Amino acid sequence: MTVALESVLEIHPQVAVRPETFGALAYHYGNRRLIFLKHPDVVTVVQSLNSHPDVQSTLSACGVAPERWPSFVAALSSLETSEVVRERQIAS
Amino acid sequence: MSAKSLVEEMKRGLDAPICLTWELTYACNLQCVHCLSSSGQRDERELSTEEAKKILDDLRDLQVFYINIGGGEPMVRRDFFELLEYSVANGIGVKFSTNGAFIDEEKAQRLAAMDYLDIQISLDGVDAATNDAVRGEGSYDMAIRAMENLKAANFGQFKISVVVTRHNVSQLDQFKALADHYGAQLRITRLRPAGRGADTWHELHPTNAQQREIYNWLLKHGENVLTGDSFFHLNALGESLPGLNMCGAGRVVCLIDPIGDVYACPFVIHDEFKAGNVRDEGGFAKVWKQSDLFLSLREPQSAGACASCGAFDACQGGCMAAKFFTGLPLDGPDPECVGGDADEALSIISRGSEPKPSMDHSKPVTLTRKKLSVSASH
Repeated sequence: MTVALESVLEIHPQVAVRPETFGALAYHYGNRRLIFLKHPDVVTVVQSLNSHPDVQSTLSACGVAPERWPSFVAALSSLETSEVVRERQIAS
Repeated sequence: MSAKSLVEEMKRGLDAPICLTWELTYACNLQCVHCLSSSGQRDERELSTEEAKKILDDLRDLQVFYINIGGGEPMVRRDFFELLEYSVANGIGVKFSTNGAFIDEEKAQRLAAMDYLDIQISLDGVDAATNDAVRGEGSYDMAIRAMENLKAANFGQFKISVVVTRHNVSQLDQFKALADHYGAQLRITRLRPAGRGADTWHELHPTNAQQREIYNWLLKHGENVLTGDSFFHLNALGESLPGLNMCGAGRVVCLIDPIGDVYACPFVIHDEFKAGNVRDEGGFAKVWKQSDLFLSLREPQSAGACASCGAFDACQGGCMAAKFFTGLPLDGPDPECVGGDADEALSIISRGSEPKPSMDHSKPVTLTRKKLSVSASH
């Protein structure tokens, strides 16, 4: 899937996020992979995804300026590939 | 942030370890000649079940994602499954290393039914002769039986863990084929001169030509083979191998030993690298966050004699433990420096004058063991 501003995402339920000075470490209990979130703002956005309707409203709510949105969409795409975030499941 | 600056961040230490090894017991049914922890006999000060659970509580609070359990042979502990289940129930995944002796059909099924569990079966040769020379008579059959049982129980992808020595470098392709046969993943790690390994390292460590063989093999297979990032000293040969190119001791890595002592890494069981004990006030968290040793390891380290070497950025001076137990200065080249920069220093250190491990839980020497040590040193 391609992540866009209108994408509806959530943190993967098998992922735990631990804050670190450089951002955070995410660990996927399913595929046993450790992923580095290298910016504190990305961490805030990832942790807020579940509380907002879509990516754009999450970015707004986290105070990310619109000119930075494309880089956040790119970051979320790569996190989607590594299964840190995923398309929100209706049931959850 | 570039990969390099991420490494710089990691050198300053993480809020909690990402690679924590916990050796549950010094007791072991085997007596491998390269055992990092000189295991054999149980230590009477061993942590109780309740103390072990308290550590797991602390690790959960620190958000440690997973732990590597070893020993000794961890499965000899009567509370092994209890601790395994307690850990996983608290969100801490477990990978444990075993010689396989206790994985019978019933245990294999029990293990296969658990989530967030990885198993590493230790094997140091693709045939009994090569393996048993290092790990002891009967240990090859033991490991193969465990793998058969795990396969039959549909455990899924377990790991075959190989310590690379002079005698098995030539078997790397066969190890890979063996792993593929069992649907397992191959893990190869570097031989360290720690524990009983300090006594056998000179005879067992790969030659410099073999190191190049290992490096080339890893470049070819690296993405599918685990290494614990233990071969980063080989990066001086050229292109970097996959993985974290740094010594993680006390920064992202540590060891809790069976009596609760916390060391900088699994390869330095020596007072000089002991940061504290989990039984001390404040427990593990305080040791990790505040011990003088770990704080000093998180300071910028001197490249020392390696500062003028063009390969330093690639190899980072190698492994602290390997230098320490071969009697080399910590701010100089690794004993297996591929450029040969440690050769002269090594040649003038008189054998026997190197630092000795602080503890030895080896079983009393028997004739069998003597025989095996000799046959391993060919």
